[in-house]
Amino acid sequence: MRLNPKRSHARRCAVVFLAAWTVAAAQSPSPPLDSIDQRVQPCMVCHGKEGRATSDGYYPRIAGKPAGYLFNQLINFRNGHRHFPMMTYLVERQSDAYLQEMADYFARQDLPYPPPQALSVPPAVLARGEQLVMEGDASQRIPACRSCHGARLVGVAPAVPSLLGLPRDYLMAQIGAWKNGTRRAAAPDCMAEVAKDLSPADVNAVASWLATQPVPENAKADAEFAEPPPRQCGSIPDHTSTSAP
Amino acid sequence: MRKGLIAGVVLIALVAVLIWFMRPDDVQTGEAPPPLSAAPQNVIEHGRALVNLADCQPCHTARGGAPFAGGRAIPTPFGVFYSPNITPDPDTGIGAWSAEDFWRALHNGYSRDGRPLYPTFPYTNYTKISRRDALAMFEYLKTVPAVRQPRREHELRFPYDQRMLLVAWRRLFFRPGVYQPDPHQSPEWNRGAYLVQGVAHCSACHEARNALGAIQSSTNPAGGLVLNWYAPALTSSREAGLQHWSEADIVSLLQTGRIGMSAPDEPHAATLGPMAEVVYESLQHADPNELRAMATYLKSLPDVEFSAEPRRMRISSAGLAGTMKRGAKLYADHCARCHGDNGEGKAPAGPPLAGNRAVTMSSAVNPIRIVLYGGYPPGTAGNPRPFGMPPFSPTLTDGEIAAVITYIRRSWNNNAQPVSSTEVARNRTGPLW
Repeated sequence: MRLNPKRSHARRCAVVFLAAWTVAAAQSPSPPLDSIDQRVQPCMVCHGKEGRATSDGYYPRIAGKPAGYLFNQLINFRNGHRHFPMMTYLVERQSDAYLQEMADYFARQDLPYPPPQALSVPPAVLARGEQLVMEGDASQRIPACRSCHGARLVGVAPAVPSLLGLPRDYLMAQIGAWKNGTRRAAAPDCMAEVAKDLSPADVNAVASWLATQPVPENAKADAEFAEPPPRQCGSIPDHTSTSAP
Repeated sequence: MRKGLIAGVVLIALVAVLIWFMRPDDVQTGEAPPPLSAAPQNVIEHGRALVNLADCQPCHTARGGAPFAGGRAIPTPFGVFYSPNITPDPDTGIGAWSAEDFWRALHNGYSRDGRPLYPTFPYTNYTKISRRDALAMFEYLKTVPAVRQPRREHELRFPYDQRMLLVAWRRLFFRPGVYQPDPHQSPEWNRGAYLVQGVAHCSACHEARNALGAIQSSTNPAGGLVLNWYAPALTSSREAGLQHWSEADIVSLLQTGRIGMSAPDEPHAATLGPMAEVVYESLQHADPNELRAMATYLKSLPDVEFSAEPRRMRISSAGLAGTMKRGAKLYADHCARCHGDNGEGKAPAGPPLAGNRAVTMSSAVNPIRIVLYGGYPPGTAGNPRPFGMPPFSPTLTDGEIAAVITYIRRSWNNNAQPVSSTEVARNRTGPLW
């Protein structure tokens, strides 16, 4: 396994990163050493300063995502439900309480989003993506993304993440990982069911449309579901327990 | 006539070698098992503590899997080993084993079916465990939940997949024998030696393996390269030797995974990589008296001065000066905020790098891996919110990482060999631990 897939790409990134780091260091004071800010510094090399993502188009933004969602992901890396060796390596010997504290830190960050990615995608693909996100496709048993991720697609606290402000490559990699079982969540794994019903073309359509959408002014996750979600999801314990038949 | 004579001599020699290999004296039965009926709960508790110190569970548990049900991949130079199921399941675990079978595995390195076990299972250390202790461990393992999970076959390269070669390996490198106390030493020292050499099997990582072990052992004469990390020598104060530490500091490091980041002249260390796992899974849960005994013994190990320096890199002084200059710039940009402008460290987050033997020891493997992958010391009860090191593999090139480590290894009175980008590149592969 090679953790640095493209060396030349890494070099370019290093240059960008160095420049960004230097500018950031000049602009903002360093966090106090004995603080949670200091303790999560290792996260920021890939996820960007304060978790706002870097420009390399893969590592996802973690700033402002719901705390329950972030915590679940850290646990999933720790127990092998998600596979990214460096993430597992970083979190595997930490307590639930400490991982929760890290998740809370990034959930607290309320930072402006950069403009969405400019992608050249055929209009028909974007239209199909928008249809799946907003309405779903009953003939393919695909629910609308918004029925779980919130009407504005910014997620629902505490465990459903926003779908906006993420690179297309990251979105496609995640849905792909769910399709082939290398990313899992607590059972019943609703997202795995949905991903398995998505065709490769539809994965591309959904990811492309989502990646090109601007993030609304108030991007905080909704406090509750507008309507009960259409599927049972193990990572939303309250929902599972209250609406189980 | 002459040819026949040579053939005869060769044949006789072969037969002699065969007889020598097949002699059955690599098996011991040990003293008679003690009666068990008296206090089974005490025996089980005693066994649980020993199984914890022997660190059985992490190797015998897959990520996210049931405890002791096996299936964890152990990558080695010979191929990938998969740990077996040691829960009491009768079909796939050790539920059908007798205490005698368990003793044979632990003490003699033979499986229940008579096959020799690979020494990835550290029976070369466990052979020192007393029969009474082995029995207690077995009694405890009988109490963990039984899980049905068939064993996954090892994936070994030829010729290491030929299990019968272990007969020769055992003959050359293995003698069974329970630990014999040294009458000239204190009971505490002997307890520590028993734990360090036997139960906790420290030497399985902290000693170099020979030609049939880790491939880089020739350049690292006393430590060992294990799971891609360098396990530093405990017999050298230039590496991980604890000869000059106080017993309390040793216990504290083993228990919390980190010690003394506040003052540069105090002992300071943090555990990362496989040792972080040992602390997190095993040592932090151990009885402090056992840790003190281990400290007593570890302190008493000889402090060996290494004669063999690793191969020196051929590098011109002009080339080195350029590297140092690049390294200094990278250090100022990426490292100084936490480790200080002069490697003095910044408590409590950044350990000092000046005079830090984790940085200056001959092997550069650990500094390279720490810069590449960063990492947190284990989050133990004594250090529940550890500070972490950022991973630089996604953002810095091999050349940049080599330059900054060379700078750190040769500044502020540090005087270690430079690091090449080739060596950094070599460490970009393989599983993380």
